[in-house]
Amino acid sequence: MEAFKDLVNTFSSPTILFTVTLASFFFIFPPSDWFDKWHRRLGLYLLWTKKGFIIITIGMLGFFIVGLGDANFRSIVLKPDNVPISGLIFLLFFFTWLSMRQAYRNDERMEAGEKPDEYYEPPNDKALVWPDLVYVEFISLILFSAFLMVWSVGLPAPIEEPANPTESPNPAKAPWYFLGLQELLVYFDPWLAGVVFPSLIIVGLMAIPFLDRNPEGSGYYSYKNRKFAIAMFMFGWLILWNMLIIVGTFLRGPNWNFFGPFEYWDIHKLEPLTNINLSEFVFVKWLQTGLPDNILIREMWGFVVLGIYFVILPPLLAKTLLKRFYDNLGSFRYAIFVVLLLTTILLPIKMYLRWIFNLKYIIAIPEYFFNI
Amino acid sequence: MADTEKKPFLERAKESQVWKSIFRGGGVPKSRRQRMMAVLNSVFLHLHPVRLPKHAVKLKFTWCMGGLSFFIFLILTISGILLMFYYRPTIEYAYTDIIDLGEQVPFGIMREVHRWGAHAMVITVWLHMFRVFMTGSYKPPREFNWSIGVILLLLTLLLSFTGYLLPWDQLAIWAITVGSNMARATPFLGHEGPGAAMLAIGDINFVTMGSDVRFALIGGRFMGEAALLRFYVLHCIGLPFIIMIFMAVHFWRVRKDGGISTPV
Repeated sequence: MEAFKDLVNTFSSPTILFTVTLASFFFIFPPSDWFDKWHRRLGLYLLWTKKGFIIITIGMLGFFIVGLGDANFRSIVLKPDNVPISGLIFLLFFFTWLSMRQAYRNDERMEAGEKPDEYYEPPNDKALVWPDLVYVEFISLILFSAFLMVWSVGLPAPIEEPANPTESPNPAKAPWYFLGLQELLVYFDPWLAGVVFPSLIIVGLMAIPFLDRNPEGSGYYSYKNRKFAIAMFMFGWLILWNMLIIVGTFLRGPNWNFFGPFEYWDIHKLEPLTNINLSEFVFVKWLQTGLPDNILIREMWGFVVLGIYFVILPPLLAKTLLKRFYDNLGSFRYAIFVVLLLTTILLPIKMYLRWIFNLKYIIAIPEYFFNI
Repeated sequence: MADTEKKPFLERAKESQVWKSIFRGGGVPKSRRQRMMAVLNSVFLHLHPVRLPKHAVKLKFTWCMGGLSFFIFLILTISGILLMFYYRPTIEYAYTDIIDLGEQVPFGIMREVHRWGAHAMVITVWLHMFRVFMTGSYKPPREFNWSIGVILLLLTLLLSFTGYLLPWDQLAIWAITVGSNMARATPFLGHEGPGAAMLAIGDINFVTMGSDVRFALIGGRFMGEAALLRFYVLHCIGLPFIIMIFMAVHFWRVRKDGGISTPV
């Protein structure tokens, strides 16, 4: 048992957890034909069958039930505000499974030359709102109300000590739905993690209908014709949004240090941090000249790197890897698409630079609060 | 006596002028025409069309998440109004009023209903977005309504965020402190944001701790009385007002863009 707990604790450290997820993710949600080929070969499509559902659900339930025997696990998971997030984990899997299963079934039907399951022959196949829809809505409302009542009676809302601005708790956490952004604070400055990225998420979401110009798959579940769009959305939604929230909620303890699910939240846990900036790498470590006084010269390598990433790379990609998108979107939409895509990819890149090289900032101008 | 001939009370009531003035169409709708009129004649039901594609009433297609989000919004409005009877948004009273809500008010679970309902609404709104994405329902002609939906998602999070401060306990004040400290780093508009130092004439900075967006958000340099009042007003009046306008547009556009999305 202890060996199992140690294994889970080790496995859930951000480096391992994120690497395993990243490496397997696009085989589970293939964005292209090549990935799809391996998705089939590895049998990962079995996830979206009834057997797959039962096995994963039992696995997750088993993990929670076994975990609840552990005092550290209990103290985090049963914190009142964290209960909905435990529920969210199950809901996420259930609804991902439900949509993927229907998508795969429709793909099969369409491959066999049939119409998708949602297809109907107007006007004959129409249902009347009274009573067909009103009845479904009514039942849903009653069931949800009953569920909310039970939840409210059973679990008191959290209330802690009266507010005291002079005594900050450790860790001080934002409301749970913003913990993904707070997790990004580990790797980025507040102006990026707290302002620019949330704005880009909103803008990026609103831009989806204008960037995904594929007319297929409107009004029914499908995967095959929308591989890239769905894979990218799933990556942002499941990994960069929900997984970071779950990590921020359950696995971040005092001083925002990482703690495994079965680990005691030791306030004295020390993690040596000797992060250094790109300019220090270049001038101090490699050239051994010391940092130049002029800010722009000091940070020029960072500007060069990011310039290549955001200015030189997009046109190169337009001619090679993303040619299909450039042809389809035109230059303006492509520019927006590629900036959103590269910014998204910048998150994992910065994480790995931190883990491997202890890199703090690519551009570090603390004099003007401009750190990237 | 003539009384033995009398019809049951309910049937007599249904023939009365009062009943007929309220309910049109006469009795339980049985025929196709009556059922359509039942929807058309009701101000609440006629948010819906009278007829739908058959998959639109299937739970496995819709997940009912949009409808539930709206329903939870109504629960939150009602429970929120009830909470406002007891709660006073001042540093002196806020915390004790919250304690009293559970201990002094008979059947005091309204705060639980409100808090767990709020968590549930965040989740149902997310899942609604997820469903709409998976069925490709953001594609033309529904692009605009998808964007409205994203704004509704943002407003839902802001409503939850502003409500988080109101209990005025350690959990509330520090969660909001962490959240609103981000505003300090807003480019150009926050006093610790990149570019803010450039907005100056000579030695006079325009963006300081006493004039940046964080100051505007919490009404002061530090989390205190003004922040509580601002969040209270935003939570109870400001944001609900805005979200209702966007919801009206959202529902209207669902109908105008051809109802629930269907395969061609």
